[in-house]
Amino acid sequence: MTELTDLGVAAIRDGVAAGTFTATEVATAFNAAVVQAQDALNAFIVTTPDVALAAAAKVDADRAAGKPLGKMAGVPIGMKDLFATQGVQTTAASKILEGFKPEYESTVSQKLWDAGAGMLGKLNLDQFAMGSSNETSAFGNVVSPWRRPNDTAPLAPGGSSGGSSAAVAARLAPAATGTDTGGSIRQPAAFTGISGIKPTYGRCSRWGVVAFASSLDQAGPMARDVTDCAIMLEAMAGFDPKDSTSLDLPVPDWSAALSSDLRGKKVGIPREYRLDGMDADVARVWDEGIAWLKDAGAEVIDISLPHTKYALPTYYIIAPAEASSNLARYDGVRYGLRDLPQGAGLQDMYAATRAAGFGDEVKRRILIGTYVLSAGFYDAYYTQAQKVRTLIARDFSQAFEQVDVILAPTAPTAAFALGENSDDPLAMYLNDVFSVPASLAGLPAMSVPAGLDRNGLPLGLQVIGKAFDEQGVLNAGLAIEQRAAFTARPTRWW
Amino acid sequence: MSVDTATVAKIASLARIKVDEAAIEAMVPELNGILAWVEQLGEVDVTGVEPMTAVIPNTLRLRDDVVNADPLTGGDIRDKVLANAPAAEHGFFGVPKVIE
Repeated sequence: MTELTDLGVAAIRDGVAAGTFTATEVATAFNAAVVQAQDALNAFIVTTPDVALAAAAKVDADRAAGKPLGKMAGVPIGMKDLFATQGVQTTAASKILEGFKPEYESTVSQKLWDAGAGMLGKLNLDQFAMGSSNETSAFGNVVSPWRRPNDTAPLAPGGSSGGSSAAVAARLAPAATGTDTGGSIRQPAAFTGISGIKPTYGRCSRWGVVAFASSLDQAGPMARDVTDCAIMLEAMAGFDPKDSTSLDLPVPDWSAALSSDLRGKKVGIPREYRLDGMDADVARVWDEGIAWLKDAGAEVIDISLPHTKYALPTYYIIAPAEASSNLARYDGVRYGLRDLPQGAGLQDMYAATRAAGFGDEVKRRILIGTYVLSAGFYDAYYTQAQKVRTLIARDFSQAFEQVDVILAPTAPTAAFALGENSDDPLAMYLNDVFSVPASLAGLPAMSVPAGLDRNGLPLGLQVIGKAFDEQGVLNAGLAIEQRAAFTARPTRWW
Repeated sequence: MSVDTATVAKIASLARIKVDEAAIEAMVPELNGILAWVEQLGEVDVTGVEPMTAVIPNTLRLRDDVVNADPLTGGDIRDKVLANAPAAEHGFFGVPKVIE
């Protein structure tokens, strides 16, 4: 029999329902995998084996009693440590929240528990989700389970959902939650050979998710295939009156409607994404993706998204501006760290607490954000960026008059080594070049594994869809998945 | 536009982050690099373009005007609100003496 830890969401849920194995056996197997990998990969900030076992016991008892089981019944998952979990430390990978144990549960995590999922632990991430390599965590780097051939250099799992991507790729969890502000689900999924979808802005409640840039933040699932992503997204999504930007729409049955038959569909290929000096392997996989979608019956059309080159600089004004405002709440008064130097007054306490609690990248973004919002500069930076954001969204809506989905690479390269980009903030920001535009426009977008580069490292393809059309994105993703036949997995060294 | 040490010190003070002089010196070129890069947005013609306010069209809802409509965000949870405070005393958040 296959090892239980090799199974995905659908296989576990169906196996538990059929009685092939128990939820407790599944949780026990994943708990053991988590323990075994923790020192090497550092994917978790805290592990919660007892929580996973308790959820599993409830599913097993419900099944024995003949009660109906949820969409995620018996599936233990990793929870990105950006989601507030009642009674379990929630840090956003920052010292400023070390020891914080929320008195409440985030809407998305509660929905997952209600659907029968269990929690293996809280996953490491870039501090406040600010980063593309998981190197800004205050709790240490996450190491990717992938390595280059004959080379033990630790590679980045991507970011900010780097603990999530590493855990799923290393079979420490069949699935994990992620959040995506400018690519934080899609880029780590691409780096580790797994799938991940950022739904339309507003699909998943932001209530109880530590805020980074509220007009961009959106939760989504990360799993090993498209079907598992669809199932988990159904459990995560839904209207929440506690989030003012939550979409008041029914949650479609995406997994039941999955179809890789793309006849009659049009796929746009944005010419602005074909950058000068593009990585040859990334370009090759993109061309293969075009051929696969044609094979699935789609018509492929060249399109233009003329403001693409302005997406990153727009993002690096808007996201820090919102972050500087959101992170004002960390003041050493209500929760988290307090640094009170001898004889200090209130203002000195704020400044000392924030200096001690925030990491360098977080401080950098707060300062940039404070500057672009300050009197005299607000219009030149922030208002201008919001106008360009309107143009970027308009590019997409014009393109979607001609096509149903857009196909592009997820990231400009395969995974880089830890430390390779960490000295130069700008070089790191450029990693998000293909993922940020869809975030600025609030559109659903997913990454699916498509092939390997010359070093045997995974490359992802990105499908971007119309607002509310997660189904179109998932279907195109499925068509790619079936033709890419991606079966590569990291060889266990941990 | 570019920043100098005095500007960075002022921003840090506005952001309530204590930064020592050596760190400010180091941040000046870093922030200027980022600002020079974002300045390319100035070349985009935005005549007649409205700044984005909502990425997905949505309307703001009003909740019913009743106490504790949602117990999770309602009242009577003082101890829960204070549970994570670094210095809660007598049912209040504790802060250093504030004398104006």
